[in-house]
Amino acid sequence: MRITHGTFSYLPELTDEEITSQLGYALGQGWAPSVEFTDDPHPRNNYWDMWGLPMFDLLDAAGVLHEINECRRAYPDRYIRVCAYDPRRGRQTVAMSFLVNRPANEPGFRLDRQEGADRRIRYSIYPYALDRPAGARYDP
Amino acid sequence: MTRPGFALARPGQSQDPAVPEPLADDATVDLTAERSGAGVDDVLDSLESDLVGLAPVKTRVREISALLLVDRARSRFGLSAGPPSLHMCFTGHPGSGKTTVALRMAELLHRLGYLRRGHVVSVTRDDLVGQYVGHTAPKTRDAINRAMGGVLFIDEAYYLYRAENERDYGQESIEILLQYMENHRADLVVIMAGYADRMETFFASNPGLSSRIAHHLEFPDYSLDELVTIGELMLREQRYRLSAAAEAVFRDYLARRMTQPRFANARSVRNALERARLRQANRLVAADGTVAKDDLMRLEPADFLTSRVFGS
Repeated sequence: MRITHGTFSYLPELTDEEITSQLGYALGQGWAPSVEFTDDPHPRNNYWDMWGLPMFDLLDAAGVLHEINECRRAYPDRYIRVCAYDPRRGRQTVAMSFLVNRPANEPGFRLDRQEGADRRIRYSIYPYALDRPAGARYDP
Repeated sequence: MTRPGFALARPGQSQDPAVPEPLADDATVDLTAERSGAGVDDVLDSLESDLVGLAPVKTRVREISALLLVDRARSRFGLSAGPPSLHMCFTGHPGSGKTTVALRMAELLHRLGYLRRGHVVSVTRDDLVGQYVGHTAPKTRDAINRAMGGVLFIDEAYYLYRAENERDYGQESIEILLQYMENHRADLVVIMAGYADRMETFFASNPGLSSRIAHHLEFPDYSLDELVTIGELMLREQRYRLSAAAEAVFRDYLARRMTQPRFANARSVRNALERARLRQANRLVAADGTVAKDDLMRLEPADFLTSRVFGS
């Protein structure tokens, strides 16, 4: 199951050129890009691991692409996203975030039903990937 | 690398749509038109007129711009030879114009389409080398990333390597720098600057670095005439002028200053003029009268003669 996450998530995967030009736009807006990765695909998992610090004061996207490629090399089987943080007063939040890498094999989610009092049902989703220990979730 | 879907061309789309068809074998390319189209002449002319002396440097800059122009023409025929290595090393005494030329170089390379942005990120040891284990690599990478698409100017580069301390973090910084210089030639030009003799020892202890720098530019010291011309250029920029008598005194001042220790070429000229401005202001205020526009612009011999240089 192909997970959709962040901006451009329903488009085909971005090529490196497209990533560069999106980052060029972000840098032109004065946003600070950062690279993050995770192996927990749950949609409410907000806190991903940081790949280095956010990159402030950049002018050119080549440096970010270099960091993305380094991260891909270290973690070829994780989800990697690029976030662009808008530091302007009054916004101060992530303005754009999109996936730049995903595992080869995405097992998807299971729907859990929990029967409560008065026949009430509570639903939750559970990523199959979490069945394996952290760090080895997408190993072949 | 196994990254399913990413960085792969989509079906029905060519891998590189921007590359035009190469020209036919018997076609010709107008180099003059290419030159004026890129606006190279503006930069070269301003280099010629704004910078006094520095003949070997100017020649080399012309050669580099010619190489890049020819490279552009070659690529039109599909004769690509890969991006040339343009990392440079500027050696010369203090105040001989290394930083100024680096700024011009960045603009020139940008106009020639070699650099995407042509900004200069000027760093020293402090900006590259960390204070504890694991601090250096992110710091160096951060500085390099900021310079991507432009020029990374490392002033007094020999401080990166401390021979007396083999556990110094500078070595780590140099290794990262080397890696980027090799792999990101199209994105980054590294210019190192420093005094000639110390640069020599620095390269002797880092042979890999020396061989990756294609251009070693030597900045000669200025002659007395050149220094006087530089001083006049500086004054004109600041809207000052020398009175006829002050011209001779200024020349005498520079001749004396050149023989003194810690003479820093153009920088000493600038400092001398700053102090002359100070004394001129003091003189005008002390005179307590009305001043005309010309009085405010003119520097008199007295503004130089009170200098320490004439005392001895």
